[in-house]
Amino acid sequence: MAGARRKLLLMGRSGSGKSSMRSIIFSNYSAFDTRRLGATIDVEHSHLRFLGNMTLNLWDCGGQDAYMDHYFSTQRDNIFRMVEALIFVFDVESKELRKDIETFVLCLRNLYEFSPSSKIFALVHKMDLVILEKRQDVYRALMKSLEDTSAMFSFQVQGFATTIWDESLYKAWSSIVCSLIPNVALFQKHLQTFADISEADEVILFEKTTFLVISHVTNPRSPGFRSDSTRFEKISNIIKQYKQSCSKLRAQFQSLSIRGTDSTSYLDTMTSNTMIMVIMSHKPDIRGSSNLPGGNDINGDGDESLADEAENNIILANIKIARKMFEKIEMMNPDDR
Amino acid sequence: MSVSVEELHSGHGFGANPSPRIVMMGLRRGGKSSICQVMFHNMQPLDTLYIESTTAPTTSVFSSFIDFAVMELPGQINFTEAMIDAERIFSSCGALIYVIDSQDEYINALANLHSIIIHAVNANPTINIEVFIHKVDGLSEDFRLDAQRDITQRVTDELLDDGLVNVSISFHLTSIFDHSIYEAFSRVVQKLIPQLATLENLLNVLCQHSGIDKAFLFDIGSKIFVATDSSPLDIPTYEICTDFIDITVDMNNLYAVDRRPPKTGSRTDTNANGNNGTTITTTTTTTTTTTTTTTPTTTTANNNTTNRPEPPVPQGRPIGSTSRLSNGVILYLQQMVKGLALVCLMRKESMPKIALVEYNIEFFRDALEQLWLIG
Repeated sequence: MAGARRKLLLMGRSGSGKSSMRSIIFSNYSAFDTRRLGATIDVEHSHLRFLGNMTLNLWDCGGQDAYMDHYFSTQRDNIFRMVEALIFVFDVESKELRKDIETFVLCLRNLYEFSPSSKIFALVHKMDLVILEKRQDVYRALMKSLEDTSAMFSFQVQGFATTIWDESLYKAWSSIVCSLIPNVALFQKHLQTFADISEADEVILFEKTTFLVISHVTNPRSPGFRSDSTRFEKISNIIKQYKQSCSKLRAQFQSLSIRGTDSTSYLDTMTSNTMIMVIMSHKPDIRGSSNLPGGNDINGDGDESLADEAENNIILANIKIARKMFEKIEMMNPDDR
Repeated sequence: MSVSVEELHSGHGFGANPSPRIVMMGLRRGGKSSICQVMFHNMQPLDTLYIESTTAPTTSVFSSFIDFAVMELPGQINFTEAMIDAERIFSSCGALIYVIDSQDEYINALANLHSIIIHAVNANPTINIEVFIHKVDGLSEDFRLDAQRDITQRVTDELLDDGLVNVSISFHLTSIFDHSIYEAFSRVVQKLIPQLATLENLLNVLCQHSGIDKAFLFDIGSKIFVATDSSPLDIPTYEICTDFIDITVDMNNLYAVDRRPPKTGSRTDTNANGNNGTTITTTTTTTTTTTTTTTPTTTTANNNTTNRPEPPVPQGRPIGSTSRLSNGVILYLQQMVKGLALVCLMRKESMPKIALVEYNIEFFRDALEQLWLIG
């Protein structure tokens, strides 16, 4: 069954951060490691399998002027044909913003001609170099001009403020990749069912290698402490770092469960390409009234740890059962809805 | 390596002036403030570039499992002028850490170190001298060992020349960019804990009876380990345990209910640009030093950190986490009393008996509580 192939163009001025982003998300570099990356020569192609039925074909286009001139002249056909998404990176410190925007317009013009249905993403990168108070303004100012120019070609541009030094990078790339997944709505639907059956507060589905968020479901009746709207990308960041630490021991982690003060999170493998995280908040009233045979209960915690164990097993069992369904979704022909 | 009785008593000052237990000295730009910021105030190592030169003695009081004060004397001080105070400081502290910048010419540092050792040992014969050969991240492996050998040789020779034979002195290769600084600091602190032998014994018993391969007792805030069992220690294991603590605390913070009392004065935020510790430490000159930080929450990358105000807020259940690795190892963490956490490595074959392991750990927890009630 032919998997969906998605061609992504990664363009931007030389030194704006394209290859660094790519290596962090897709090649497990840490932010610190990216300083050893050199200038990209012409176009670097990467083929990444993402889920069972999708291959991302990432074209990292070197941003030096000589290469850029080629892209818009001799290589126009090659570059701009069959593009699913353009990701244009703006270095927030760039001294030649006008020129960057002109390049952006050139890209749009070519895309309009060769791939009019492609999605447009703009990443306002290196935001860590801007003072906290000014960030919103800088971002909005740039996006305004980009939105205007995109409208000229009837494209809708989606923007993100990013930096490799925090989790904003994961948010941007999760959104980009998710918009390309052929049947993401199906994932969402089944994840919702899973969450309802498990009575979970939150369920998140991650891609296994990159830890980008594919889909997430939040139970609206859960207590109101879900105030941090950036928690998903933070989790991506945290788990990715844990993955890197485990690789120091030449091992990978298979599962993780964290019993916190107010909730417990379970992270386990769903399919060969995805991992699922289930967050259950503690429900003290139910536990308090349990009549489980605790036996020799040293500190009164016996009931709770038995209930913990039960919950753990239930979640794992649910995941096991749901696995088949999710595997089927992954392998589905991308044209099915 | 006994700890004198005065030190034990002086260490229990919860009052206004706890005596410093550890003093950190060294030439200027050696890295002393960076070490303190990274270890105790959760600064990212890269942000330490922005720390200003320390002008006055700074003390961080660290109250978790042990009353811990690290006093940092600025490198510019010609300390022979402040000699009277120095004597007082030395006689009340358990360890002296001297930071040497290994990337620089260290001959001057060694001369300085020598005179400091003489004064320190005169004031307090039982003081532990710990030499941190710092900034070794910039040196190659051979060079590091060379530097260590060279410095050890020179310092011990000079001490012998002066007839000082019973000085307890150790050398550590450290860098804030990896885990070596934590490991070195762990060793320094371990020598100051009177309960160390008991803790090691408890851990050994726990490991033997629960099928645990390796167990550490960590301090959650600073990630130094207080004790470990007698099985051999290797650094990758230590590193993964510290990372494991990090992610447990981070994940817990993401979903924890905000139980902090509304806005007190000592709330501090560190943003991605890394505000250096201007809000945290207040300094006065020499003797009467007062500063506070409390057990900070750990972070990964450059997330926001907030320091919980004193006194510690009543928490919910103790935190714990478990992780299964592909090579059959299981990481198991349980929060203990007083900001400590027990981190164990087990084989996956022990998992079916996890209930027994948890039962044993409860006994261990009770033992810890008793230890600190009496001690």
